[in-house]
Amino acid sequence: MPSSVPRHWRENIKRYRLLGTKCASCGTIHYPRRTVCPSCKARELEEYQFKGSGKIYSYTIIRSPPEGYEFCKPYAAALIELEEGEIVTAQLTDCNFDDLEIGMPVESVIRRMFAYGESGIIVYGYKFRPILPRM
Amino acid sequence: MQDVAIVGVGCTPVGEPWDKSLREIAVDSTWNALDDAGTDEVDGLIVGNMSSGNFIDQESLGSLIADYGGLGNISAFKVEGACGSAGAAFKAGVMAVASGYHDVVCVTGVEKMTDVVGNSATKILANACDREYEAIHGVTFVGLNAMIMKRYMHDHKVTREQISTFPVNSHKNGVKNPNAMFRREISLDTVLNSPMVADPLTVMDCAPICDGAASVILTTRERAREFTDTPVIIKGCSVKVDTIGVHDRATVTSMAATKAAAKDAFAQAKMEPKDIQTAELHDAFSIMGVIGLEDLGFVPAGKGAKFAADGEIAIGGKLPCCTMGGLKARGHPVGATGVYQIVELAKNIRGDGVIDVENGIAQNIGGTGSTVSVAILGRDD
Ligand SMILES: [Zn+2]
Repeated sequence: MPSSVPRHWRENIKRYRLLGTKCASCGTIHYPRRTVCPSCKARELEEYQFKGSGKIYSYTIIRSPPEGYEFCKPYAAALIELEEGEIVTAQLTDCNFDDLEIGMPVESVIRRMFAYGESGIIVYGYKFRPILPRM
Repeated sequence: MQDVAIVGVGCTPVGEPWDKSLREIAVDSTWNALDDAGTDEVDGLIVGNMSSGNFIDQESLGSLIADYGGLGNISAFKVEGACGSAGAAFKAGVMAVASGYHDVVCVTGVEKMTDVVGNSATKILANACDREYEAIHGVTFVGLNAMIMKRYMHDHKVTREQISTFPVNSHKNGVKNPNAMFRREISLDTVLNSPMVADPLTVMDCAPICDGAASVILTTRERAREFTDTPVIIKGCSVKVDTIGVHDRATVTSMAATKAAAKDAFAQAKMEPKDIQTAELHDAFSIMGVIGLEDLGFVPAGKGAKFAADGEIAIGGKLPCCTMGGLKARGHPVGATGVYQIVELAKNIRGDGVIDVENGIAQNIGGTGSTVSVAILGRDD
């Protein structure tokens, strides 16, 4: 992947905050954000802030990572069904692999995703972790 | 619109030919098919290829292959749809002949994957999914399929053991195919106990990284007998897409693009699933073969694994699948695979394959079901 700054800069806010879109016409919400509503083809969309909590829809343990992600292997990845109903793809963090199960409640956190070498840009974004019991 | 026929087929052995470049295997396969059709002339070349730019730093494959194939100043270009590139290229070839734009067209699918080292291939293959919202999270292509499998097992209460009979069947069939990468049988235990790549998929649930090229020569049904006594007719051919990301689908355990392409192809062929005698399924991962059986309409949702485990996909079963090894044993040189499937299906239909059938279906999947082509072939009757 090209390591240009704009490529990551333009996505920053959405990646840090799980910012999606909502269709002004039919009310459908989308994450990732879109410019055309796939439900009704409307092109008037407004920003929509997802809360950032949800549950595991499915998951896996990546043991053979792609180039650039070797530093954190093995790691868990999941499809997360957000509270609002949308599903997002992300890594799971701060978890024991053996405890993971479909339906487990999780919440989003900001984490380092990868870096372009020692002196390249560091890309941050959301990962999800099991919701800890509150004291 | 004209009916279209396959009058020549060819391919190279799938594997790791370190002594051969992309242009060499593509030209070998193209001429193999031309020889089979008994001609040295085509007026169109359509190349199926996923990622030559990333695998070997080479684009402009239409020119490269026509040039080194000695085909002259013909119409030639590449069609891309990730691992479904060759199926999409095949459809482009069928359209070119059916429309009357071209008289004789060669479709060549080619991929040279083994010139990259380390984890580069894993990264390049992840370009088949959504780079910004899937791959950027370090989720591999195997990983996405693993999550599909995990959810499938959860929803349908199906075991890994049942799903993993798919590679066992493909390996058994690969033994008889001289062009297959793996020509040895494996046991279910081997699949289950192999190293995990992305749970629950082991290395033996996954198709290998390899090189290969496959070609077909197409012309009108009307002209077909000029080339061969055994033309194979394209009864139906469709390519449909779905969302790029798995996370944007109403369900992850079936592929809407397969269903849509199958519906279209069956309507063109005026056939139903029960009429089909063999299937070349896109078994890049065990679970994809299972879901393919269901989405093409051969079994209800959730029943594909049992159908396979009961031996119905074996040669001699109700619906022989992946008869020359499928993606798992023949190999999966991504942008070439869809044409390998057509070559194998055509051979089975015209009488120089491994089973005797009058018709069959091929399904080629790009990405996680983002681009799916379905072709139904049959004898000229
Ligand atoms: Zn809408």
